[in-house]
Amino acid sequence: MSKLFAALLALMASMSLAQAKETLTIYTYESFVSEWGPGAKIKESFEKTCDCTIEWVGLGDGVAALNRLKLEGANTKADVVLGLDTSLTAEATATHLFGKHGVDKSQAMTPQPWTDDYFMPFDYAHFAVIYDTEKMKSPPKSLDELVNGDPAQKIVLEDPRSSTPGLGFLLWMKSVYGDKAADAWKKLQPRVLTFTPGWSEAYGLFTKGEVPMVLSYTTSPAYHMVAENTSRYQAAAFSEGHYLQIEVAGLIEASPHKALAQKFLAFMMTPAFQDFIPTNNWMLPAGKTGEPLPDAFSKIVVPTKTLLFTPDEVFKNRRAWVDEWLNTLSK
Amino acid sequence: MTFANFRIATALGLVLGAVACGFVPLLWLGYANGFSGFDAYLPRVVAFTLKQALLSTILSVALALPVSLALARRDFPGRQLLLRLFSVPLALPAIIAVLGILGIYGNSGMLGGIFPVYGLPGILLAHVFFNLPLAVRLMMTRLETIPAESFRLGAQLGFTGNQVFRFIEWPQLVPAMSGIASLIFLLCTASFAVVLVLGGGPQATTLEVAIYQSLRLDFDPARASILALAQLATCTILVLVAGQFATKIQVFPRTLAKVTRCDGKSTLSRMLDACSIALAVLIVLPPIASVIVTGITKIQPDQSLLRATLTSLAIGTCAAAIGLALGWVLASSAARCTSKTLRTAITLACLATLVMPPAVLATGWFVTLSPITDVNHYAMLLVIILNAMMALPFVWSPLYPAIIDASRRHDRLSASLGIAGLARLRLIDLPTLRKPLALAFLMAGIVSLGDLSAISLFGSDNLVTLPALIMRQMGHYRMDAAAGTAVVLAAFCFGLITLAQYWSAERDNA
Repeated sequence: MSKLFAALLALMASMSLAQAKETLTIYTYESFVSEWGPGAKIKESFEKTCDCTIEWVGLGDGVAALNRLKLEGANTKADVVLGLDTSLTAEATATHLFGKHGVDKSQAMTPQPWTDDYFMPFDYAHFAVIYDTEKMKSPPKSLDELVNGDPAQKIVLEDPRSSTPGLGFLLWMKSVYGDKAADAWKKLQPRVLTFTPGWSEAYGLFTKGEVPMVLSYTTSPAYHMVAENTSRYQAAAFSEGHYLQIEVAGLIEASPHKALAQKFLAFMMTPAFQDFIPTNNWMLPAGKTGEPLPDAFSKIVVPTKTLLFTPDEVFKNRRAWVDEWLNTLSK
Repeated sequence: MTFANFRIATALGLVLGAVACGFVPLLWLGYANGFSGFDAYLPRVVAFTLKQALLSTILSVALALPVSLALARRDFPGRQLLLRLFSVPLALPAIIAVLGILGIYGNSGMLGGIFPVYGLPGILLAHVFFNLPLAVRLMMTRLETIPAESFRLGAQLGFTGNQVFRFIEWPQLVPAMSGIASLIFLLCTASFAVVLVLGGGPQATTLEVAIYQSLRLDFDPARASILALAQLATCTILVLVAGQFATKIQVFPRTLAKVTRCDGKSTLSRMLDACSIALAVLIVLPPIASVIVTGITKIQPDQSLLRATLTSLAIGTCAAAIGLALGWVLASSAARCTSKTLRTAITLACLATLVMPPAVLATGWFVTLSPITDVNHYAMLLVIILNAMMALPFVWSPLYPAIIDASRRHDRLSASLGIAGLARLRLIDLPTLRKPLALAFLMAGIVSLGDLSAISLFGSDNLVTLPALIMRQMGHYRMDAAAGTAVVLAAFCFGLITLAQYWSAERDNA
């Protein structure tokens, strides 16, 4: 046993040998760097522009990446953190670990003008209720129709305590109903089949045919059109507007590779990065792309109105809003 | 003797050290933040956790009892196959099992609508699906140790079926019962994905979910440590209470005669046995069949599947080996020690990962290790260690009663003959403990194969096991590929069990 242990240690030590080139360590969420994500292609693309190496560290999701950073504090190995969203940026800024990005903010092609000095956006998508056209002929046309609709036609939602889209929907409800959100949740409750721990489980139940509706993104139908050549699954356009998720990256102020980190953030806004976003991350690019988006993206729902709390509002109220949801629905 | 003391001290020290490294930093963070988090929601969570776990345990154990008696008594074509299939649920990630159950009873399932699968009944069904086969396997290891002479004697005395149960089978089962029941109770207490997906909303929340929330979304170590303490207290009390019911294990003088059963010849008894086996089959097999039918044509034999399979195999083997080594030392010390306190401490140490959520341990380890070293480089090692600890309860359950048996039978003889150390291991312990050891190793390996919590806490883009691959595929809209990978995982686990059974049978005939 001790030999095995020693061998393992030796193996791991050899893996951690320092490399000669300057290495940029980027914390991100796991699916960004998995075999279908854009990570590997972006690494290759960026390494062509510098004498450096990108080391991705894929963590569960954006929340997990931020928590890792909080645990490590000033000892963090990260130079860049990529994959937080605007519900997390105020909390991330409050750690005082992030430095200003120094990138031209007007480059950001987000639905609303970009103003954050600490984080730059790399992609975005609106949350949307995706429905199965084979099971639902008249999908809800507004959040209000969803809330008050026929309880026999159910939706699967994600749990806001463990899932980013789940939290996104909670913020969506809050931005439409304000103080009356608890009542709206009560009305919606009979329509909710269940709250799953994450997006994957919810989408799995949906495609298995358990429910005709699921909370996902406006870009989801594009995946089905491009990869599966079917327009069976469509997003329902809601008249109140759709809540927006913007994914961002920021650099660590104390990083010894801060200049390289800055270079990466500037690179992030160029086609050499953005071209990999639409069909690998299935989100909309927040910077210029070199080639037009696949046709399917022109067919997706473009919300008439974008709903978004400021990062500070989310930071201050999230706990109370989640508790409100919890207390309303757990009785 | 000093060597034995050293061994137990090392094993216990390792386990308790790992737990302490996990829990103390969190407690410290909680203390620094002034422990908070008692609110109206907490008692509701505790109440629901206990309610569903208690009901799941009662159902699983009550069903497993007639099923294991019937399976031990009867031989029929497909019996071995059935027993092998009974090990599959243990390896299935919760979401896959849930999708399998929904494939049968869900809104779109074959028997959709006959069973209210969302809500408490669904949670119970899923928990019985996971734990009934586990309880059956564990009970059968006890029943298999009943010597042929007992049944012969029973037959000579003209025992009725009831008397066989009362005087032969039950006394053999009863010492293991409280252990089996507490294991299942703790597993259900720690249930996460099943409760969230089938529970239907936050009214169905376990402590485990609340701890996860406070560690993750809120990043509130103060609340997490309060919740973890609540979980620790609840589970410890339970284990202690269950320990009170543990009775002395009966030891039979044994020969190697083949067991022939004279009981259970009546039509009524045959019918009852057939019914219990059929019931277990109806609960366990359809969801597995649904998983396989859904995924069998969708397996995507690519690089990532191969890599994940090899990673799973490596991690599973290492974790099972470490888990077995630790569990063996702990179980044999507990079986021989006279101090009740020490025995309880060892039992609790073995159940550590069920009492203390892996997410808590992982966070604590991270806090302990990250100032010293770059944790990312030791991800695989940490996954193996956490998996080994998670496998301990499954090593303990079959091994502890078997070692008690063996030590009563052989300790004095070995001492008087002066057989000790390796010679004893080779001549006495290995041959007599072969079956429970094999089962313990298998279950440890299967638990590790199916593990999703350790791998999602420490895994990274270059450390992907089969369950992690399933989650990744699902996370990238590739639900079909995920269903295929689930079939590979199930087949993999089924293959291992088959191999183990052949190995075990060959040695029996030798």
